[in-house]
Amino acid sequence: MSPLDRIANVSILKQHEVDKLYKVDNKPALSSNEQLCFLVRPRIKNMRYIANLVNADKVAGRTRRYKVIFSPQKFYACEMVLEEEGIFGDVSCDEWAFSLLPLDVDLLSMELPEFFRDYFLEGDQRWINTVAQALHLLSTLYGPFPNCYGIGRCAKMSYELWRRLEEEEDGETKGRRPEIGHIFFLDRDMDFVTALCSQVVYEGLVDDTFRIKCGSVDFGPEVTSSDKSLKVLLNAEDKVFNEIRNEHFSNVFGFLSQKARNLQAQYDRRRGMDIKQMKNFVSQELKGLKQEHRLLSLHIGACESIMKKKTKQDFQELIKTEHALLEGFNIRESTSYIEEHIDRQVSPIESLRLMCLLSITENGLISKDYRSLKTQYLQSYGPEHLLTFSNLRRAGLLTEQAPGDTLTAVESKVSKLVTDKAAGKITDAFSSLAKRSNFRAISKKLNLIPRVDGEYDLKVPRDMAYVFSGAYVPLSCRIIEQVLERRSWQGLDEVVRLLNCSEFAFTDMTKEDKASSESLRLILVVFLGGCTFSEISALRFLGREKGYRFIFLTTAVTNSARLMEAMSEVKA
Amino acid sequence: MNRTKGDEEEYWNSSKFKAFTFDDEDDELSQLKESKRAVNSLRDFVDDDDDDDLERVSWSGEPVGSRTRPGSFQSLSDALSDAPAKSYAPELGRPKGEYRDYSNDWSPSDTVRRLRKGKVCSLERFRSLQDKLQLLEEAVSMHDGNVITAVLIFLKRTLSKEILFRELEVRQVALRHLIHFLKEIGDQKLLLDLFRFLDRTEELALSHYREHLNIQDPETRKEFLKTCIGLPFSAEDSAHIQDHYTLLERQIIIEANDRHLESAGQTEIFRKHPRKASILNMPLVTTLFYSCFYHYTEAEGTFSSPINLKKTFKIPDKQYVLTALAARAKLRAWHDVDALFTTKNWLGYTKKRAPIGFHRVVEILHKNSAPVQILQEYVNLVEDVDTKLNLATKFKCHEVVIDTCRDLKDRQQLLAYRSKVEKGSAEEEKIDAILCSSQIRWKN
Repeated sequence: MSPLDRIANVSILKQHEVDKLYKVDNKPALSSNEQLCFLVRPRIKNMRYIANLVNADKVAGRTRRYKVIFSPQKFYACEMVLEEEGIFGDVSCDEWAFSLLPLDVDLLSMELPEFFRDYFLEGDQRWINTVAQALHLLSTLYGPFPNCYGIGRCAKMSYELWRRLEEEEDGETKGRRPEIGHIFFLDRDMDFVTALCSQVVYEGLVDDTFRIKCGSVDFGPEVTSSDKSLKVLLNAEDKVFNEIRNEHFSNVFGFLSQKARNLQAQYDRRRGMDIKQMKNFVSQELKGLKQEHRLLSLHIGACESIMKKKTKQDFQELIKTEHALLEGFNIRESTSYIEEHIDRQVSPIESLRLMCLLSITENGLISKDYRSLKTQYLQSYGPEHLLTFSNLRRAGLLTEQAPGDTLTAVESKVSKLVTDKAAGKITDAFSSLAKRSNFRAISKKLNLIPRVDGEYDLKVPRDMAYVFSGAYVPLSCRIIEQVLERRSWQGLDEVVRLLNCSEFAFTDMTKEDKASSESLRLILVVFLGGCTFSEISALRFLGREKGYRFIFLTTAVTNSARLMEAMSEVKA
Repeated sequence: MNRTKGDEEEYWNSSKFKAFTFDDEDDELSQLKESKRAVNSLRDFVDDDDDDDLERVSWSGEPVGSRTRPGSFQSLSDALSDAPAKSYAPELGRPKGEYRDYSNDWSPSDTVRRLRKGKVCSLERFRSLQDKLQLLEEAVSMHDGNVITAVLIFLKRTLSKEILFRELEVRQVALRHLIHFLKEIGDQKLLLDLFRFLDRTEELALSHYREHLNIQDPETRKEFLKTCIGLPFSAEDSAHIQDHYTLLERQIIIEANDRHLESAGQTEIFRKHPRKASILNMPLVTTLFYSCFYHYTEAEGTFSSPINLKKTFKIPDKQYVLTALAARAKLRAWHDVDALFTTKNWLGYTKKRAPIGFHRVVEILHKNSAPVQILQEYVNLVEDVDTKLNLATKFKCHEVVIDTCRDLKDRQQLLAYRSKVEKGSAEEEKIDAILCSSQIRWKN
């Protein structure tokens, strides 16, 4: 319902004679209406739900009119199920091609969190066409994109399908001046590490702590200092938020306090005013001040709530462990920390996240650790998580180090469509979508861990590492930075090889001549599988540094918790 | 509101809002659908009247809701350039010209292209295996999973499973789509057959095991888990499955027994601390906690005793002590806590040891509001001096702070701490006494 909320909320729907709204669930919708309209994602379980309803009506001898609206599009599998269930003729089907939700002035979301699991776990390419369509839409609005770069298998496929679309519907963009100079495609699995880290920029923290959905967040009573919860829209229009969103959390509280003092000073001005000035003040300024006051107290409340939660969780210790993993020292200590985390049953999602971070940064867990941590996890959080571990292994997020290097060659053969039953057996018969991670080597090559003499100044950040307190430059952002600098992948062959993506790094520069210099500074970054607020903050910083403007197109906004939940077979 | 049927018709037809039309208009489009169902081949029927591909379905005429939204496409283009703002609103309508330009002899690549656009396409004419495979190939090279799945649905219907499996074995992308499709429609049988054919034994086992999540009744689930035990899991996973079964088996027994005890009302522990939830399907550690809480003193022989659980599931000492501590601390059973850590060495002297680090013990005790004397005792056992001092200060274990400062010969810290203790208290006196002592060689 949430993207719908941003377009037409309940009252607007009611104005259009919608009588009642139900959530598609396993429960029957008890309604006396003669017309039922289902607005659904094209998933088979939704089809079954609708079929149950319609067939129940049939059995009860009841005739109604049914309409199914698929968003963003209808899938053939859904039609098949409707046919199978015998209701194909009873419902009429429509599509609502709603695929891009502008969450902010520089952020477009496709609101497809399922993309991550569907593609990166199951290998299902169903949403690639949706992405291509969205890009086609953008190119009809903003002209062709002269420069295209990308890395990742899904990136390549999306790019190729999009180009096919453009060619088929030729003429729509011909001759149009490009307004956006570059487009960069990135697969989420190019950089799992960044997605798994705890976020410390304000917007990221708010997302990690409160869950931002479709650009808005629910602040509970502990934040609003009242007995009510408040739904708040978080974007550039919130002037207070806009100033602190990309800041490291350590700066935020001080900033807000200063602002509160300024606000108080503004209010106090009215003491010395005469009637005329007061009248002016009330009509012109008071509303704005009140608004700012409201926003300030909300964000201060949020900060307090965040700090309270983090102290309780012993956040300091957690961050220390994460940084150790990123930098690659004290691994044994970190492993013990994770073990204790699991033993104490702190949180199934957090424990999983830490294990994955350890696995990716260390190229898999050593067998002894893998088995022991897995056993402890199953004992602490439930034996059914055996399935979760199997998923994580398939996706390459939590793996066991292979005994000996010889397997790598075999593994890569298997993943190249060769059928070899013997090889299949050796690699546990998992057709590997997963890649071997080489994080340490990549980290060294790209200088992801800044060498700092003295303290890293978070108030005046000097590089993108500030989004992780100076400990680590997000890999995805660094890749984008390097490719944009070179306008190609030249000189990055080693990195590309280490990312295991040699066939999927591409450049296409064909239409540059028409592009203005202004447009050449605009870059559209397409994240396939989700992007985090930390990455967005980091790239905004890069933009300010280099004179670029980034626009983000993501299949969904994500964070470590969402990633882990997507892989968890067992719903909590 | 009571409306007669006639009124209703009138209402819907005269309402000022043209609501979406549920009726299939009696136009050639729906006739087309009927014909299609009857016969498998059709030729162009669609009126080329409408220029649009869309059968326009209007909500109210306005493209989107009436409130202004920040960050709409409008502001996006404002942010980009001075060009006039671009408005785009996704429209509601029938899928683009489903039946438009219908023909019967599209090539595989044309067919696939139509499929990608969501147009209706009969695949029936691809009868030879070669044609089918060519169609599949085209679909795969298009990259669109929806199209690939559509073709697979057709192949599944028109090929025997052996042939289908054989062909997909060497086509990884298509294979993945088939597997996901079978999972989603719940065709467990065919899925397992497929895994068996591919010799993917582990996935076969996991797929079968996954079904247990759909079984709610504990007894039935237990029986099902039993059938999972012999499956071709890896060695470690087999052990986990066995444990899962054993655990549920135990939980069922414990649950039945305890529910009985609780309702009988004779057992003190259940009266004082009524159970908040059933133990069924809880993780092992939670079950252990429960057992340490409600059945701590039971002998090894019973199913519900903690020792029994420890032995059966080979729970490591660390985990056991941690959990038992949490349970006994919650019950404020300080003697039990004591006993957990007390061991006798070979000379018969008792000594306190902990496999988890005493700082953890202190934290758990504090969380359960242990009295200061108890806390103090355990803080004293913390090995690392800095941690000891930190914890002692945090939890106000004055004696320990004082003694540690004295041992460290840290006068400044002791002086600073003096202001934190109560005026005229025994602690203050003690501090003063130490500060005056001439025997200590203070370092600061």
